[in-house]
Formats: sequence, structure tokens, C-alpha cells
Amino acid sequence: MHINLDASTEDHRIAKLAAAALGLTLLEAALPSPLPGVKPGLANIITLIVLTRFGWRAAAWVSLLRVVAGSLLLGTFLSPSFILSFSGAVASLALLALAQTLPARFFGPVTHSILAALAHFAGQFAVVYFWLIPHAGVINLVPIFAAAALIFGTVNGIAAATLLTRLPETTQTSCATS
Amino acid sequence: MNFLTHVRSGDWLTLLLGALLTTWLASNIWAAASPKKVIIRSAGQLITEASLDRPQHIRVPGPLGDSIVEIQAGRARVASDPSPRQLCVKHGWLERAGDIALCLPNQLSVELTGLARRFDGLNY
Repeated sequence: MHINLDASTEDHRIAKLAAAALGLTLLEAALPSPLPGVKPGLANIITLIVLTRFGWRAAAWVSLLRVVAGSLLLGTFLSPSFILSFSGAVASLALLALAQTLPARFFGPVTHSILAALAHFAGQFAVVYFWLIPHAGVINLVPIFAAAALIFGTVNGIAAATLLTRLPETTQTSCATS
Repeated sequence: MNFLTHVRSGDWLTLLLGALLTTWLASNIWAAASPKKVIIRSAGQLITEASLDRPQHIRVPGPLGDSIVEIQAGRARVASDPSPRQLCVKHGWLERAGDIALCLPNQLSVELTGLARRFDGLNY
């Protein structure tokens, strides 16, 4: 049997960008974390760049492919940590769909990043609280997670905004991945 | 190079709102968890509601004898109790709103309360 899959230019672009995000995910998995769940989320820099350059649909593809492929590589597919990544990514993308309609003159990647980070934390926390650890004690960690989301969201947003000014205004993905 | 040049005016607004949200979460969640008062009951009857600001020892009579509740800044414990198994004494310091120590044989309960009650009731 022979199956033909026609990959469009956009498919290639999304695959390359997802691979770049995947690289950052693996890199980050090697970093020690002070508290389980507190991570810089470096791969989201790629998502933010894709959102600004290629729109929400492409960003959603890159983000979700990164989560699924990352979990396969790290061996966490369908485990609670995968569900957490996935719920965080879905919540982020949902809020980004709204955030990208803000006027670009005033609101750039930094706003997108902060909102996405906070949504990511909120989505994950909902899963933790209502499913994994339904205990009132975890609520005490909310301010810490929110502060971490704010700080890393701001840093990632500035990184994405800086990279966007450095990358040429072409749709060549080799620029984004190099 | 100056990275802040990439932060647009609205981004500062988002950052400010995010900081306000985080501060609000911290003050609400953590303040609600820090205890304000200790409620001491014996045989279901309220004996006293004491502030946790002033260190003191409170003697509470019960069917087996006197229990002593010790209060220090922000925490309280059952310091001594005539109950045979000493469970409420071994419970140690109560430090969070909602923490309860019970001495069933001597019918004593010591409960810390905060700004908001976290539980309406508990079942075991």
C-alpha cells in the first residue's frame, strides 16, 4: 500500500518551527526547577514569534505539536505531566486568540506573553486542583505560580519581541530556526 | 542594547495589571490562611475567643480535669490535657486558619480562625 502525503509550504514551516520549540523544551527539561511546575517556558518564545509573524492558527499548531512531540521524547505522553502541559497550552492559546485582537500599536509580544503565561498557569492549576490534587492546601501556592508566570512571561515576551526585530521580515523559516 | 525599547505602552499596562493581580492573589490567599483568633470550646460550649496577639495560658475545665491551652504570637496549642492518649497535645502547634486540635475524652476543642472560614464542616 502506498500513501501519499502532500506537505504544503506551510506544513514545512510549522514543522520547522515546532522542531525549534521542541529543542527549547528538551533544553529546559534539563534545567533544575526550584518548585515542580515552575519553568521558564522558553519554547513559548517560538510560539509568540509564530503568533506575530504567521497568525494564531500556525501558533496553535506549533504549540500543540511541541507539547505532544515533547512528551513523546521525554516519555511523559498521556501522563499527568503531559495533561498539565496540554491544558496549559490550550488555555494559553484560548487567551492568545483574544489577546491578538488588541491594537498592535500598544500591545506587543510582551502583552501576549504575560497573558499566555498567566492563562497557562490558570489552566494547569485548574487541572491540578480539580483533578490531580483536590486539596485546599495547593491554593497556597497560587501566588507563587502567578508571580513566576508574570516574571517568566515578561522575560519571554521581551525575548520574543527582541528576536522579532532581529529576524528579517520574510516568511523564510530558516531565519527563525537559525 | 536596551531590551526595554521593545516593550510597548500597553505592555506596561499588562505588566502592571499582572502585578496587581499577583499581589491581590497573595494578599487574599495568604492573609486568609493566617490565623486571627483562637476559639476554645468545651463540651460544645464556647469557652472563649482569644486573640493570637497576646501570649497567654488558658485553663479550661473538662470532665476529666483541667486542660491548658497555650497561646503565642500567631499560634496556639494544647499544652497539657488529662486525656489518656494525649492526641491533642501531640498534635502540636496550630499555625494556620482552620487548624483544630480535639481532646475528645476531655471534650475540648481548640480552633484557629482567619478572615474567612475555609471549611463549613469536616467529616472523618
